[in-house]
Amino acid sequence: MLEDSVPLSHYLMLSATLFVIGIVGVLIRRNVIVVFMSIEIMLNAVNISLIAFDNYMNLSNGQIFSFMVICVAAAEVSVGLAIIIAVHRNKPTVNLDEFNLLKW
Amino acid sequence: MLLKLTCLVPLFPLIGSIINGFFGLKIGKNAVGLIACGSILLSFLTSVLIFIGFLMLPEGQHVFEQVVWTWFGAGDFNVDFGFQIDPLTLVMMFVVTGVGFIIHVYAIGYMHEEFSYYRFFAYFNLFASAMLLLVMGNNFLLMFIGWEGVGLCSYFLIGYYFEKKSACDAGTKAFIVNRVGDFAFLLAVMYIFNVFGTIDFTDVMHAAPEKLIYGGEIVTIITMLLFVGATGKSAQIPLYTWLPDAMEGPTPVSALIHAATMVTAGVYMVVRCNVLFNLSPLTMTVVAFIGGGTAIMAATIGMTQFDIKRVLAYSTVSQIGYMFLACGVGAYTAAIFHLVTHAFFKACLFLGSGSVIHGIHGEQDMRKMGGLKRHMPVTYWTFLVSTLAIAGIFPLAGFFSKDEILYHSLMDGNIIFWGMGISAALLTAFYMFRLVFMTFHGESRVDPSVHPHESPKVMTMPLVALAGLATVGGLLGIPLIHGWHILHNWLEPVLHFDLANALKHSEHMLHEAGRHAPSWAHLLEPKEHNLWIESSLMLFSLVVAIVGIASAYIFYIKRPDLPEKFTKGQWGFDLVQNKYYVDELYDDSIVQPTIKASKLLWKECDAKAIDGTVNGAAKAIGWFSRQAQVFQSGFVRNYALFMVVGFISLLLVMF
Repeated sequence: MLEDSVPLSHYLMLSATLFVIGIVGVLIRRNVIVVFMSIEIMLNAVNISLIAFDNYMNLSNGQIFSFMVICVAAAEVSVGLAIIIAVHRNKPTVNLDEFNLLKW
Repeated sequence: MLLKLTCLVPLFPLIGSIINGFFGLKIGKNAVGLIACGSILLSFLTSVLIFIGFLMLPEGQHVFEQVVWTWFGAGDFNVDFGFQIDPLTLVMMFVVTGVGFIIHVYAIGYMHEEFSYYRFFAYFNLFASAMLLLVMGNNFLLMFIGWEGVGLCSYFLIGYYFEKKSACDAGTKAFIVNRVGDFAFLLAVMYIFNVFGTIDFTDVMHAAPEKLIYGGEIVTIITMLLFVGATGKSAQIPLYTWLPDAMEGPTPVSALIHAATMVTAGVYMVVRCNVLFNLSPLTMTVVAFIGGGTAIMAATIGMTQFDIKRVLAYSTVSQIGYMFLACGVGAYTAAIFHLVTHAFFKACLFLGSGSVIHGIHGEQDMRKMGGLKRHMPVTYWTFLVSTLAIAGIFPLAGFFSKDEILYHSLMDGNIIFWGMGISAALLTAFYMFRLVFMTFHGESRVDPSVHPHESPKVMTMPLVALAGLATVGGLLGIPLIHGWHILHNWLEPVLHFDLANALKHSEHMLHEAGRHAPSWAHLLEPKEHNLWIESSLMLFSLVVAIVGIASAYIFYIKRPDLPEKFTKGQWGFDLVQNKYYVDELYDDSIVQPTIKASKLLWKECDAKAIDGTVNGAAKAIGWFSRQAQVFQSGFVRNYALFMVVGFISLLLVMF
């Protein structure tokens, strides 16, 4: 059994590490593509913890949730990339520091 | 049943007012006049039907109430929108609709040149409706609605020529002075509700002798407040100053509102509450003194004025003073009698003055009139009849009503009241004939460019009708012969007051409260109707009236130079001519301080304190927002950072 070989805490550590990597990536990188990738890393970090708990508690809810997350992530990627392309058309750069549009 | 028609009486003029007010310009002048006069004529005819229905009521029933709907109710407190028909109401209804109709017809001719003809008639009908509500309401609150309604219409109509500053000021003045009285009236109504738990006339008047102590504080306060209300509406001392200024309105308004009906509402109210007033001898004395004092004072001012309408205005104040004098000595029949005859002859006088003003193109100064007799004969003769009536010459209406008041003020009051009455009668005869002589007799002082002319038929016919009424109106109250006083017999059910019973209840209540009841035995002594005194008083007052007329004749026809000699440089004359400086006194003592205080409140309290607080709050929020603005950088990663920081601090707080 999986839980016999690798304890739950390891999975959670991995998940937390990936999540922090994602956060740091979002916060410190300027390239919008990299930021976007970091967000994906965060999502997948959450997926890992979902699957881990699912397995640990012998339920199937976590798998279903993670599928949902993957689906939403796929949709979000398409929308996000579309936005990035639209922004890039206005300004020939992908540096996030050049964009302060999110205010009125 | 004919009495079911009651609610229609105030409704007709209201409908007329609405039609004229909203569609007056579209339907044209003729239709407006037709609707205005037609609606009030319908009211009059309905009143006649109601009168017939009232006569057919079973023996012993003297009041009919029709509740249209419950106006509002809160707990035990219910106010009905209901009408009450009793002999007093019927008298007032006939005065309002009858004289009102005649004046409406006159107004068609008088106002014909006006552009906003429809506006005038809309207000005029609205006034009639409110006045009918006032006299027909079956409780104090409904009366108050009418009371305020007529005040409002009076304000509208005084300020009818609103492009004239003096007219606007006069309207405002009338409204504000009336507010003082209205406030007291409202307080009285509240107190009545507090004491009786109801404001229905019938219930209150029925319960009053059993609940109130004769001469007690409660009834005195209530009646005093009611009387203050009456002084406002009926232009008595100290609230009379608005009425002379109200002459800025068109003349039909002066005739209907400021002579015949609205200003007598106070008298009506006092008579309506006669049970309460009967229970308070102190208030009665005050009423009589105020009435008599007003009668004399206004008459003296009337002698010195030169504006034809102002003389009549002071005359009105003086005559209403007479009515209050009558109320004050308990002669309510005489008060109502004088109210009715006064409505006839004073309306005629005002309309006559309007005809004169119309005939010489808007001139109101009597010094620029004279000799108009041959130019406008109909106006002259009707005016003369009414003047003789107001002066109290036999057998015209004023003779009967005035002598009844004088008789009662001597017999039920005392010699002081009678003295006030008879001197006012002398002054009345003098100033009214001064008016007639200056206007119609002697040399013409009219501007030569003006050609005086008689007014059209639509204006002279109402004059003739009113002069006719002023001639025969006295038949309502034939004195001396027992049982011939129609009005007295008619009003008996309303004015019937069982003093002995009331005193018994009062004694009982005082004993329960552990107080000693004073001796009231002398109050119950029956009073003899002394024919000999009455007839000699009549003769005397007739002589007084003739003396007044004769002196006016000497002063203004025989020796026109005399008035000049007597008045020039006399401080007494200047005092009276300037209306005893009462307006100036009020202005200095009340109006100006109020304006100053208001300005102070405006500039200091309102502009600085209140506006400062409100604007300050807005400014503080604005400043705070500007400080918070720096967080909104527009950089996505900043926002993400805030979220992370927030999330971490939340975790730290929770664990």
